Amino acid sequence: MLTTSPAFKQNATTALADAGLQKALANAKAGFMQKRARAVAALPEFEALRDLGRDIKNHTIAHLDFYLDTYARNVEAEGGKVHWCETADDARRAVVEICRSVGARTVTKGKSMIGEELGINEHLEAAGIEPIETDLGEYIIQLRKEPPSHIIAPAFHLNREDWIEAFREKHTELAPGRVLDERKTLIDEARTILRSRFLAADVGITGANMLIAETGSSVIVTNEGNGDLTQTLPKVHIVLASIEKVVPTLEDACTILRLLARSATGQDFSTYTTFSTGPRRAPDLDGPAEYHVILLDNGRTSMIGTEFQEMLRCIRCAACMNHCPVYGAVGGHAYGWVYPGPMGSVLTPSLIGVDKAGHLPNASTFCGKCESVCPMKIPLPKMMRHWREREFERHLSPSAARFGLGVWAWFARRPWAYRLATRIGAGTLGFAGRKRGRFGSLPLAGGWTGGRDMPAPEGETFQARYARLRKQGLV
Amino acid sequence: MAALEQDARGRMLGRIRRGLRRGELPESVASGLVERLKAHPRNLIPARSKLPRAEQVALWKANIEKEYGTVALAASEAEIPGLVADYLASQNIPAVVRLAPDPSITSLPWHDRPLLSVAAGRAEGTDVVSVTPCFAAVAETGTMFFPSGPHHPTTLNIVPETQVVVLRQSRIVGAYEEAWDMLRREHGTVGDGPTGTRFMPRNVMLVTGPSRTADIEQTIELGAHGPRRVHVILLQDEQP
Repeated sequence: MLTTSPAFKQNATTALADAGLQKALANAKAGFMQKRARAVAALPEFEALRDLGRDIKNHTIAHLDFYLDTYARNVEAEGGKVHWCETADDARRAVVEICRSVGARTVTKGKSMIGEELGINEHLEAAGIEPIETDLGEYIIQLRKEPPSHIIAPAFHLNREDWIEAFREKHTELAPGRVLDERKTLIDEARTILRSRFLAADVGITGANMLIAETGSSVIVTNEGNGDLTQTLPKVHIVLASIEKVVPTLEDACTILRLLARSATGQDFSTYTTFSTGPRRAPDLDGPAEYHVILLDNGRTSMIGTEFQEMLRCIRCAACMNHCPVYGAVGGHAYGWVYPGPMGSVLTPSLIGVDKAGHLPNASTFCGKCESVCPMKIPLPKMMRHWREREFERHLSPSAARFGLGVWAWFARRPWAYRLATRIGAGTLGFAGRKRGRFGSLPLAGGWTGGRDMPAPEGETFQARYARLRKQGLV
Repeated sequence: MAALEQDARGRMLGRIRRGLRRGELPESVASGLVERLKAHPRNLIPARSKLPRAEQVALWKANIEKEYGTVALAASEAEIPGLVADYLASQNIPAVVRLAPDPSITSLPWHDRPLLSVAAGRAEGTDVVSVTPCFAAVAETGTMFFPSGPHHPTTLNIVPETQVVVLRQSRIVGAYEEAWDMLRREHGTVGDGPTGTRFMPRNVMLVTGPSRTADIEQTIELGAHGPRRVHVILLQDEQP
């Protein structure tokens, strides 16, 4: 997928002025937060499960070579095939090759963020194979030819009117005057159209929420059942999975599943959680004849042993973006690549490079909400700070920011100058603001005061006040 | 291609080991990990499903109903065909039913209800109702386990608009872990496979109510792609 991450600032400005997007964000965000809070409050063990989830993932990553190798051997023992793919290119080639080997014309797809990372739809089309997204959110954005704006609700940025417009424009085989104003009618129309595509597809591609080393199974979690139709009806099932999806046992998977749905949609458990293990067996009446797993690295092995290793615990629940004030203000498209929100700000620079996405970690107020809701307890703000350091070290941050930091550093290293400068600053501002107690505008700080008032200091610096109170024996 | 991918496997595992600042795991550590896979220890199981039997069954029922499933009680197997026919009539659904080719389902007295047209097999695109068994159900969330096999084709769980599930009350357990252990016990072949037993069917669907989506304006609507209705006939095969 092409990236517009370097243009985050412009993207954000456009997003803030987009009335339709702002309406969709306002409608949707509170819902996710309330539903999660209710589900978490109803499970007293939730915090203990978070610690366990973190420990399971840490254990797995510390022995990732063992668990991936065991997983792959178990897939092979069950008659499946594992394709080890180091890069996105390797993975695309493997997918197209499998599709060609069975003469595929159409491919149905369950929702997969790895699919987005690979830009697999464009590559299938270029090979003359038609990909059909079947998750309703993915289906509408495929019709609209745009990327997802959220990792579990791809059409997060759309309103009902957008659905009606797209269906009228694209479903030209249906009566133009039909009534389409209810959500139910829209879903029924999509169901009817996609059902015939499910039955006709030659290959089904799904993602994987987890891979189980113990059994060689891939796991998908959906509410619609589209993933199950995708992987059951065609003659070939391809699983797109990245290496960090592996967990040791079914028991470990259960612990993570107890966290996943609650953190994502606020459900106790998703409607469909499906474990797939190899192709159709001899006496079976249905299921795919071939089962392939694309096991993707694409930069992840390089995160191991660095300060970003903990990001590999991420289970893609989207709780961090659902609770992020920055995501809530600008939506997912502004982030410019596959993964938006706090998890995207940490992961994107790792996968596409700090030069392209190094300033995404600046799109944070460091409020810490993301870390506090992360089911895997990933220290997202800390890792964003690491990226900011790397961006600074590589001279990628804007010159004004570098100049400002340089000035601050000069004073910070000279306590006498620091005390003098702050005394002058606090004194001047305190004197100027003594009547109103706040400033509506300040020279050089128009960007800040444009949206709110600056409270006026009382005239005394913290250091001076502390010294005075100490002398008086008050602290 | 195959040789290239084999090299890729080695390189990916090599990069992981370099990142972890070690070589291949020593045999003593690796065998410990294999033992953990064979023992598959349980992690924390929430207390909510650890209840006296009657309350555990009631919790399962409350949870599946919360997730938009419906439940009817059967005192004996003989009642089941009538309950299926009555349910379909009450919902205005044509009385044409695809049965799971499982003896526990096909041996029910379907001929008592001659207006109900039944055939066993996998589901085709034209099938509107399926009747399936249920391997196990989990009180914790109402979730039902459907392992695939010649007696239970996966299409029956996902293609028809209505799935009728025959659940024996004795198959209700507290937590997912108990259902997996039942599967290991009843399907396992000891000594086969790289980690000890091999027991996983090709497909295991864990189903918690009918299909749904919240993709339009984050509001739940039922019947996205899978069944619009999941109706469970709970066969009371336990002594109170």
